[in-house]
Amino acid sequence: MASSYRDGIRAGLPLLLPTAAIGVSFGVVARSLGWDLGAPIVMSAVVFSGSAQFASTSVLGDGGTVLAAVLAAALVNARFLPMGIAFAPALSGGPVRRAAEGQAVVDASWALANRGGSFDRKLLIGATIPQFVGWFGGTVGGAVAGSAIGDPARLGLDAMFPAFFLALLAGELRESRRAREVAVGAGAIALALTPLLPPGLPIVAAALAAVAGARRR
Amino acid sequence: MTAVWTTIGLLALISAGIKATGPVLVGGRDLPGWATGVIELLAPALLAALVLVETFGSDRALVLDARAPGVAAAALAIALRAPLLLTVVLAAAVTAAVRALT
Repeated sequence: MASSYRDGIRAGLPLLLPTAAIGVSFGVVARSLGWDLGAPIVMSAVVFSGSAQFASTSVLGDGGTVLAAVLAAALVNARFLPMGIAFAPALSGGPVRRAAEGQAVVDASWALANRGGSFDRKLLIGATIPQFVGWFGGTVGGAVAGSAIGDPARLGLDAMFPAFFLALLAGELRESRRAREVAVGAGAIALALTPLLPPGLPIVAAALAAVAGARRR
Repeated sequence: MTAVWTTIGLLALISAGIKATGPVLVGGRDLPGWATGVIELLAPALLAALVLVETFGSDRALVLDARAPGVAAAALAIALRAPLLLTVVLAAAVTAAVRALT
């Protein structure tokens, strides 16, 4: 039942290309704002979160302060707090090792490694590897080539992520009626709050549907 | 450029801190029963939110653009039990085709 790192890498492989493409667009966007060549590359290596990086970059690009940029990105990443708590029971070893392994949590890997509320540690870490390679490599390519590359959105790669998440969601929905009810509630919350709150918070708020669903059992 | 590098440094620390909190505080231990119930439902909740926000969200607005037909095609493929890779490639192809035509 438990998977190897190799199983994880194989599970994450379909995401290599779309992650790289979004990485390219991040590199291009950062350079177009006048960033040094190294800045987007270092950022992708040490932050490794597409939505948070785009959020902070757009705040800085609009003339916002460092505090506003960091806050926007932190809100986008706030969902990793409950996701990390959910992943934690699968980890062993000392706190430093657990903290390090917790860095592997990204949306797709977390969802792939989810086994009805418990998590397959090696599958999660393995699935993150191709995504990190794609994200870092794509950023380097985009930062170096700059605007010589056309708009990656032309290829429709931005539709791959919601499609991937939808496939994982379909598996969850086949499991139970309560999962379907929670998904409908969470989706309604996220859509209703998107025009009202900064990016990221609607997704965190949608997680409250899971709390409500669990209380009703 | 100082603002950019400061942002990168702070964000790296904060992101790592957010991801480390759960593993450091509750790592290796079983969660209480009520928390397990929530976590079982966390995946459908977060995935549903991510699908909709990444299909219709554009910063602080809801928009209907070429992503929607791509994701609709993926939904059809999923209903027909198509393989995962085919599903995501189909979504990209349909979105790219709609973008090219509009």
